[in-house]
Amino acid sequence: MICVKGILSGYHESEGDIMMQEQLQASIKSETFKLEMESKSHNEEFARVVVAVFMTRLDPTLEEIEDVKTAVSEAVTNAVIHGYQGKEGKIYLEVSAKDKTLCVCIRDEGVGIEDIAKAMEPLYTSLPSGERSGMGFSFMEAFMDEVLVESKPGEGTTIKMKKTMGQDPFE
Amino acid sequence: MIRQSEQVNYEVDNHNMVVHLPKELDHHNCLTVKNNTEQIMDETYINRIIFDFTHTHFMDSSGIGVLLGRYKRMMGIGGEVAIYGVNERIKRLLHLSGISKLIRQYETKEQAVRG
Repeated sequence: MICVKGILSGYHESEGDIMMQEQLQASIKSETFKLEMESKSHNEEFARVVVAVFMTRLDPTLEEIEDVKTAVSEAVTNAVIHGYQGKEGKIYLEVSAKDKTLCVCIRDEGVGIEDIAKAMEPLYTSLPSGERSGMGFSFMEAFMDEVLVESKPGEGTTIKMKKTMGQDPFE
Repeated sequence: MIRQSEQVNYEVDNHNMVVHLPKELDHHNCLTVKNNTEQIMDETYINRIIFDFTHTHFMDSSGIGVLLGRYKRMMGIGGEVAIYGVNERIKRLLHLSGISKLIRQYETKEQAVRG
């Protein structure tokens, strides 16, 4: 009985193995992680380092890692400074990797942006006294393939960014 | 005179101040650099600020903001801002932001101090 069971399960295992492998390959192709953190300036470094470690599975170049780190740093800094204006709040980070493309979504439930086009202009800052360079969105756009900003005053801001590895124009 | 705070060292010699920047220059670290340099400038007569990027491997737009802020203050008193030891990555950020036209770049500390 045990023997038969063994043979049977052995038979199923080989079929199951193929299925498992297929599932595994599918899951390698697309993976997601989500993170919720306090709106604190020390989390700017935490967020960019976490994303940098996650993206290594896409086999990026050092340049690509630095690009993404800078963009994530800008987006989280925006949430801390502008979204929550130094007050308490939560920042939500969702990152997914599919094939060679990294998607990063950074969301806050802060004050939101009145005029998105203006906010994205190089050198524009809503906080001239805060010694901000106004280059945050410009850097995000320079280093990522795609930057999408959704925002509503009083409801918060969501920044979605994409970058596909292996197509760095500077290489 | 050498001052230390959170891995940022400040060297003041005559009218020069050399600021040895931390490994990462983001919004979080920038607040320390900004406050300390302002305080030292209030207490001494400095007309030349030199930022040492030798150990800095990461910077974002907050770093540009700090450089710009110090540049404006130096311009107000006829002084200048210089930098040295900048890696290729950060050079690209300086170039993108346009600040590389305002601030002199040197390879070594000796060159930067000499001017």
